Amino acid sequence: MYTLVNRIATSMETIIREGSPKTPFVRLDGEKGMVEIKGRSIPENSVEFYKPIIDWLEKFGDTPSEETNVNIQLEYFNTSSSKCILDIFKRLELIHKKGHPVEINWYYEEDDEDMFEAGEDYQSIINIPFKMIEMEE
Amino acid sequence: MAFELKNWYLEKKQGEVILEYNGSITPELISEALHSIENSLNMKNEKNRVRKKVYNVFVESLQNLYHHVDLPPVTAPVEQSSNFGIIILSKDGTFYRISTGNFVKKEKLNYIKDRIDQVNSLSDEEVRMLYRDILNNDEFSDKGGGGLGMLDIVRKTGNKLEYYFYQFDDEYIFFSLDVYIS
Repeated sequence: MYTLVNRIATSMETIIREGSPKTPFVRLDGEKGMVEIKGRSIPENSVEFYKPIIDWLEKFGDTPSEETNVNIQLEYFNTSSSKCILDIFKRLELIHKKGHPVEINWYYEEDDEDMFEAGEDYQSIINIPFKMIEMEE
Repeated sequence: MAFELKNWYLEKKQGEVILEYNGSITPELISEALHSIENSLNMKNEKNRVRKKVYNVFVESLQNLYHHVDLPPVTAPVEQSSNFGIIILSKDGTFYRISTGNFVKKEKLNYIKDRIDQVNSLSDEEVRMLYRDILNNDEFSDKGGGGLGMLDIVRKTGNKLEYYFYQFDDEYIFFSLDVYIS
């Protein structure tokens, strides 16, 4: 039984997307339980960009790793991305609620109050522990 | 007095113009414009905090235009493109000003005016709370933003939106919006 579950878990494809001037670097690693989003997120059509990520998380939610580590290190993002980012957190919240702990590390530059507040916004909506991590410039 | 686009330009170009564009607002144009301001000396020498705000608000303003603009009236002295808009980023004294201009059908005036007046009437804390409410509300438009754009601009700049409606002809209004970042 266990081996079967393991096989399903490890068959999650790792997704790596290089960053572009309008979209962030993304790494989704099911085996390690890692979700990373870095850079800026300002596409005109955010739903299109984030759909494969949401789909991946939904699949991952069926057989999540024991723990999931999430690193969000955004430079800035547009309002059309903000809802998609919330959707990501909502998927992660389901996993967390099922008893597979999720930890979100929210990075912001030391004088960037906007990115700090954005982290607080999500924290107020989502029931997962957030770690706010200040980065020196 | 009839509306003169030339005069509007003169007013918005006060100070040091960092970027000026009029024409079709497309995803490619938005990328190019952002790239161009990132390479401007003004931005390179700016404090990190202010620089990011300018980029963020600049992109939000352009994408607002991209998602919402109408075809300009045929008699307007501008390019006849379906996504016509104007954007000017200038540094005026201690402020950066982002001015946008576009033609809208008269019937949209009240809707736009009400939206801006509402956002302008809110305190910083109310802006923040409303932003969170809308963010967590499922009723987003297919354009994605769901009315967060203006709110986000006010939140990031901490300043009220300044707008003007100029009557262009019987059918059209020229909508002018100024945002200040300091």
